Amino acid sequence: MKVLVTVKRVVDYNVSVRVLADNSGVDLNNVKMSVNPFDEIAIEEAVRLKEAGKVEEVVVVSVGTSACQEQIRTALALGADRGILVETDEENMQPLGIAKALKAVVDKEQPQLIITGKQAIDGDNSQTGQMLAALTGYPQATFASEVELGDDSATVTREIDGGLETITVKLPAVVTTDLRLNEPRYASLPNIMKAKKKPVDVYTPEDLGVDVAPRVKTLKVTPPAERKAGIIVETVEELFDKLKNEAKVI
Amino acid sequence: MTILVIADHDNNSIGQPTLVTIAAAQAIGGDIEILVAGEGCSAAGESAAKIGGISKVLVADNAAYGHQLAENIAELIVEIGKNYTHIMSPTTSEGKNFLPRAAALLDVAQISDISGVVSEDTFERPIYAGNAIATVQSTDSIKVISVRGTAFDAVSAEGGSATIEALDIVKDAGISSWVKADIVKLDRPELTAASVIISGGRGMQNGENFKILESVADKLGAAIGASRAAVDAGFVPNDMQVGQTGKIVAPDLYIAVGISGAIQHLAGMKDSKVIVAINKDEDAPIFQVADYGLVADLFTAVPELDALLG
Repeated sequence: MKVLVTVKRVVDYNVSVRVLADNSGVDLNNVKMSVNPFDEIAIEEAVRLKEAGKVEEVVVVSVGTSACQEQIRTALALGADRGILVETDEENMQPLGIAKALKAVVDKEQPQLIITGKQAIDGDNSQTGQMLAALTGYPQATFASEVELGDDSATVTREIDGGLETITVKLPAVVTTDLRLNEPRYASLPNIMKAKKKPVDVYTPEDLGVDVAPRVKTLKVTPPAERKAGIIVETVEELFDKLKNEAKVI
Repeated sequence: MTILVIADHDNNSIGQPTLVTIAAAQAIGGDIEILVAGEGCSAAGESAAKIGGISKVLVADNAAYGHQLAENIAELIVEIGKNYTHIMSPTTSEGKNFLPRAAALLDVAQISDISGVVSEDTFERPIYAGNAIATVQSTDSIKVISVRGTAFDAVSAEGGSATIEALDIVKDAGISSWVKADIVKLDRPELTAASVIISGGRGMQNGENFKILESVADKLGAAIGASRAAVDAGFVPNDMQVGQTGKIVAPDLYIAVGISGAIQHLAGMKDSKVIVAINKDEDAPIFQVADYGLVADLFTAVPELDALLG
């Protein structure tokens, strides 16, 4: 069985982003970029399936500028076998366009399972996996906290409001990862060296015959409203008094 | 303009997130219709018809929609959706699941988790965990939009008398099936509906210690939440998580106990009206957003607060 894993290059989760003064976006200059954390969980899940002997090959794919090669190499160092980059000049790739590019890759590669992160921590859209499932006609198991892979179906536990839900999806299927699915490993130095020799194919959207043009225009990006500074209280009694008599919330 | 709002419901009643979504739809303007899809959901359909300002309620009552399987619900939305200028749903786990699927089938973009309406095609939404607000304009003929549950004041659930129309469209893709649900029954309010929330973080040290929050929560009628760090550490289940990757909340009072205040947690609660932080580390970033900060050991401060609440 072949598994396709998607990775997105995003601002590292430890970076505190700043809005540009001209309100055109956030400052990405000299900012550390990483694999989207939910995609790391996706890579880990695929690699574990391979280690368990249920999967023969893990292919990692990214859609974006040539800089995404870096995140593909990270995935290869974590255990993916080969990479695919759908290279665009467009910095502002949007979920529908990404899903169309991924659909073309799925057509070429014919994986039985596709694992994506449930959302990317830059746009916070939570759309790409669901859209890819729609375009391929495959079922979707979103926000997965447990995946049990069978021969022609997968049973997936999903994180939903108020608890958990278990569904069964026929393969091929799209799974999107939630936080508790697994704890991703770190890449070892020998594996980082080995990853440099693994093959990465590069296509353009034109090669794949897909239209990835953005459908949503960003008019401006502004900082959120600041909260006004609060006060430090000295005792629990003072806190209780403030909440009761000043804020009147208890 | 006619807007279709897809209801989040439990077959009997319409949830608060849907009332918030309708408020956002009213801010856009035009006729508003509600789709109630489920199995045995006629009571929910009747309750939707009572919401003020709704012109029509469409009820799709069929086993295929019983567990809100995305494959089936999305096909249903696509079948009827072409008649609308806007298709909207709350940003609940159901909406997040089926709405992007429907958007892609309609070949339109989705605008996720809006926090403001600028005009019929322009919306505000938080990005980067709420560290920036993007104003975005859709160029698609149908605008597919999910609405943040804390961003608009919910409309009244009463006062309307919309017509109810039964839909006999059955879409069963037959590629997914529901096995079971494991829903935690709480005596306390839901996180996203609570007016008071008390949350614990890594400072709680273990899951057992969350018990000390319970007595305070009971006295305040509060829901109990947690930071991602507490979920990651295995103290509590993920459905208690408040933050960028968990629930987005905006109660009247939010009490953060032993929570340092990572960006991703703040993203989920900084729109709360009053924020209280109790943490023994005076440099914890949570104090920068707190209205009232108390630098203290939570294991003495929380029981003291509990005693004062009587």
